[in-house]
Amino acid sequence: MSNVGIVQTQYYTIEDKIKLESGVEFSPVTVAYETCGKLNDAGDNAILVIHALTGDAHAAGYHNENDKKPGWWDELIGPDKAFDTNKYFIVCTNIFGGCSGTTGPSSINPETNKPYGITFPVFTIEDTIKIQKKILDYLGINSLYSAAGGSMGGMQAMQFAITYPDYVKSAILIATTSRLSPQAIAFNAVGRNSIISDPAWNNGDYYDKEQKPDRGLSNARMIGHITYLCEEAMYNKFGRRLQDKDHYDFNFDIDFQVESYLQHQGQIFVDRFDANSYLYITKAVDYFDLESKYGSLQNAFKNTKAKFLVISFDSDWLFPSSQAKEIVNTLMTLDKDVSFCEIKSSCGHDAFLLEYDLQSKIISSFLNTHIQGEINE
Amino acid sequence: MNSHYLKSKGLHVNYSLISEMIDEGAKVLDLGCGDGYLLKLLKDTKNIKGNGIEISQKEVISCLEKGLSVIQGDIDEGLKQFGDKSYDYVILNQTLQSAVNPDFVLEEMLRVGKKCIVSFPNFAYWRIRFYFFFTGNMPKSRVLPFEWYNTPNIHLLTIKDFFEFADKHNIKILQGIYTTRANIRKGIQYNMFSNLLAEEAIFIISK
Repeated sequence: MSNVGIVQTQYYTIEDKIKLESGVEFSPVTVAYETCGKLNDAGDNAILVIHALTGDAHAAGYHNENDKKPGWWDELIGPDKAFDTNKYFIVCTNIFGGCSGTTGPSSINPETNKPYGITFPVFTIEDTIKIQKKILDYLGINSLYSAAGGSMGGMQAMQFAITYPDYVKSAILIATTSRLSPQAIAFNAVGRNSIISDPAWNNGDYYDKEQKPDRGLSNARMIGHITYLCEEAMYNKFGRRLQDKDHYDFNFDIDFQVESYLQHQGQIFVDRFDANSYLYITKAVDYFDLESKYGSLQNAFKNTKAKFLVISFDSDWLFPSSQAKEIVNTLMTLDKDVSFCEIKSSCGHDAFLLEYDLQSKIISSFLNTHIQGEINE
Repeated sequence: MNSHYLKSKGLHVNYSLISEMIDEGAKVLDLGCGDGYLLKLLKDTKNIKGNGIEISQKEVISCLEKGLSVIQGDIDEGLKQFGDKSYDYVILNQTLQSAVNPDFVLEEMLRVGKKCIVSFPNFAYWRIRFYFFFTGNMPKSRVLPFEWYNTPNIHLLTIKDFFEFADKHNIKILQGIYTTRANIRKGIQYNMFSNLLAEEAIFIISK
């Protein structure tokens, strides 16, 4: 299947003050976004795809001819793919508070001419989608054909359908949850602790220093990666195999392949991610709890008008199927239009970025047959 | 007549008979909906608002391909997400005999549905009786093609069994349809000839 080709990151700056859930008013916010496909005249064939914790706006295609890796959901986005760019206008933005082009703690505060660091306001998932909505308005999108995302992207898609019930026609929620479990919060907490306890973090003020909190950030990433896999995936990927050796070294260097993998993931992560962004975004995820925000899950979803597609993976223990079923059951109780599929996989939480065959089939069926005929052409 | 082969259970089902029982525009829940053939038929011919529940991932995808709303789930776990009498019809089509707890499944569907439609292969059908009597093997037939060790049909029953069950559990039988290969009989009272001659039974029940 073909690819969307070369895609450019674009930027839009919101000058108006944005009132965050914490009460803080904040501006300006620049948002990095990418689009593929064409918006129709009615402005109603757009699909917002939303990235997970450490993703960016580069969902599909390549930035230039020498680019080695395509966007993070390239397998699903393109001509004749699940998110078919022949039919739909695909938009992906980098999350507020991130570090891939959208304003975040590493951005320069125009009032001080210095990076915000930890003077950046703490925000929530709902704050991030309200900011995305402004980009969609700017792009002339009159209604969203679908909001789709995995993990944290799924939380945002869910929140989108709740906050803008008349705007969102469908929501695709993959490997996600309506509230973070204490176990998931615990892993995020250890990740944040690892960053904060790195002396180079320096209370978030490290941007002009030679030493950055790389060690803390890479440890946080290693912890994250454990939660994205599962026992079976680890056995399949590494087993107890040793890394470039056939015997134990009886010291504390790397012996096992799994150690080497985690260390590598940690090391490459620090080159593309900001430690403060990691603190802020994991916090936003920890705060995500529709039940407490709306009194009950039923209350949260009661005004939604979207058709929902929920997908979970049976080996995902970070956001397990039982949490997806809670969302599905609530929507069923409320008499909302919802479909649910639990995909068998040995990939753990990461499956939404790996198991493409079935996801493609399920998503394209949902988009093409279930909500078909609702594009005003 | 509209006949469709239910591959997963190896059963021939007379869908048009069920379709005739359903009111235009009704709200329908199909338990164990398979590939969604019946729901799609009801959507196209009766303009129903329908949902399906199906345990198999492959069948769920077939339903989605037809544009249906379907939930992957196990009906043996109950229907706790659904309110009392929240559907006009709950359908259990050729699925009762493969439920782990058929009595619980029936109770749950009667709670959720104003009316319920239950169909099952009649194990007292004369060919099955003859098969068992003469061969001494577990019966196999056109509608029950499996071996004893691989059959999904673990709670086979007869029309008589169903009447007794309904009586014991205060279930109202609103209509009974008994299909043989040649014709269709109807009746809300137990009839031993129906029990002998019918290959399949369809009941409309309520509580």
